[in-house]
Amino acid sequence: MPVISYREALNQAMREEMERDPDVFIMGEEVGHYNGAYKVTQGLLQRFSERRVVDAPIAEMGFAGIGVGAAMVGLRPIIEFMTFNFSLVAIDQIINNAAKIYQMSGGQYHVPIVFRGPGGPAVQVASQHSQALESFYAHVPGLKVAMPSTALDAKGLLKTAIRDDNPVVFIEGETLYNTTWEVPEGELLIPLGQADVKRTGNDITLIAWSKMVWTCLDAARALADDGIDCEVVDIRSLRPLDVDTLAGSVRKTGRCVIVEIGWPVAGFGAEVAYQIQRQCMDSLDAPIERVTSDDVPMPYAKNLEDEVQPQVKDVVAAVRRALYLD
Amino acid sequence: MTTPESVRIEPEESALETTVEELAPLYRQMLAIRRMEEAAAKAYSQGGKIGGFLHLIIGQEAVCVGATAALQSDDYVVATYREHGHAYAKGVSARAILAELYGKKTGVVKGLGGSMHLFDKKTHFLGGYGIVGGHVPIGAGAAFASKYRGDGRVTLCFFGDGASTIGGFAEGVALAALWKLPLVLICENNQYSMGTPLYRSLAVEDVSLRALAHGMARDRFDGDDVITVKRRIAEAVARARATSEPTLVEIVTYRFRGHSMSDPGLYRTKEEVEEWRRRDPLGRCRQRLIDVGMKDADLEALEADVKAEIDDAVKFAEDSPAADEYLPYVIKE
Repeated sequence: MPVISYREALNQAMREEMERDPDVFIMGEEVGHYNGAYKVTQGLLQRFSERRVVDAPIAEMGFAGIGVGAAMVGLRPIIEFMTFNFSLVAIDQIINNAAKIYQMSGGQYHVPIVFRGPGGPAVQVASQHSQALESFYAHVPGLKVAMPSTALDAKGLLKTAIRDDNPVVFIEGETLYNTTWEVPEGELLIPLGQADVKRTGNDITLIAWSKMVWTCLDAARALADDGIDCEVVDIRSLRPLDVDTLAGSVRKTGRCVIVEIGWPVAGFGAEVAYQIQRQCMDSLDAPIERVTSDDVPMPYAKNLEDEVQPQVKDVVAAVRRALYLD
Repeated sequence: MTTPESVRIEPEESALETTVEELAPLYRQMLAIRRMEEAAAKAYSQGGKIGGFLHLIIGQEAVCVGATAALQSDDYVVATYREHGHAYAKGVSARAILAELYGKKTGVVKGLGGSMHLFDKKTHFLGGYGIVGGHVPIGAGAAFASKYRGDGRVTLCFFGDGASTIGGFAEGVALAALWKLPLVLICENNQYSMGTPLYRSLAVEDVSLRALAHGMARDRFDGDDVITVKRRIAEAVARARATSEPTLVEIVTYRFRGHSMSDPGLYRTKEEVEEWRRRDPLGRCRQRLIDVGMKDADLEALEADVKAEIDDAVKFAEDSPAADEYLPYVIKE
């Protein structure tokens, strides 16, 4: 099976879906002639022409809204935000329009649109370009929110998102584009709303999504040296959330650590913790632990940036607390 | 320096030629919208049968009726939260609109949207939106889709003068001009953004001038006469359809009532309101119908027919069952 990058997987997903459906088009800043700020749309302009790969000026609210309007009358736009930090100036279009039109119109108009782009802290780009915003979107009924951690998930989830009849917020890991994974060629669809066990284990369940899945896998390897057997469950889709798979794992292990790269207050991990305790009260042998970034805007200096974000050692420490080892 | 007086545009002295056949259906629509909104105001004030925000268009009817009359039936219309008239003019029944205002299952959006969010797919009415200016890009998006497919449709996007200061308007206009979208942007300038007059909102009160910065066609005229509105919007629609060029049109008008039902309109003088009521586009239209030869008996029959339609719609709204479901419309399966 070919091993490809996360970036290439996303590119394949869009290319295949555009081949398949003439109503799919891409719009965003630098997606065409520049081949994408992160090169995710590399080569698509040459393949599909300016009609379907549309370079937009810096007007996120405008082109996000154009996507919503076009979706209402039957097209399937993929709106690329150069980074999700810039989605904040378009959030009215995503929350007040895309998420609500199906309901406000009494089910007459639906909005099949994907808002995609990189999100989560990057490297030394400071507070305005380095933050995790998924909790904002996961809060909103009417949206779906997907966050792949691997190239395999990136391709399968994006293809499904493009075919979905609802607005999907698809947040890619800004530091994951060069990661690689085995990805089958051709058709690959992964349903939204299915968590994935990335590593099986019996002692404790680590729950994460996007980049933190990799951090959890590293922590699990480190803990294995101490004889601690971690299960790592990748949420993949924050909305809809596959509570059954998460709860099934926690019922087996009896312990749970939820790891997210976002801020702690009202972070999505708090909702996951609520759902787990609601379903697994009788199985829990310890309080659910959370690991998050510190409650601060991201600093620039590399040493401080590392200190603020969850590191393998932080996950290891949380696991040891949940096992009453420290 | 601009002043409040500078926005006053007197009615044109020479009215455009028309016929009973052209004008009577437009008068009928304007009258039906007026009566429908009066019925809504009554239901809101007496007995609380309508809740929330209720923004009436009374005084501005010639704009939505005249503009929509310039369209083909499969063209798109997108509007603001003051959109009962636009929905009616596009073909939504008074029954479906009033039932929606009453929060009933039979409402045009099943009681889920209310006054501010009327949508109707079968008449290509893309909805009423409550975030000022946020729907301008949506109108541009429908026009983008028409150009993408080459389906020949035109989109009318209505907004108020108050929207001209917000980003959604600025970005929607900029992109429509850049990509030459078949869109007609209609600023219904009723001279107040809620309670704030134009001269305290805009450094330059002529909203249509914004088109110049984008190399976009523009037009600006008085909205008292429904035939003028129809003819001038028809020019913009023809341009959009033939050459896919957008136009920014500003139509100066006036709402007789407050911003919403809770607004007594104390920021305007009694004299000012009286002056605009004297110019009432509905009365002017009626007089014009008589001038072009409509018989008294025909006019009376038309007005009786409108009364019967609205009475029936009120009864329908009153008698309809309450809204009863919301879960099926969150996520499309």
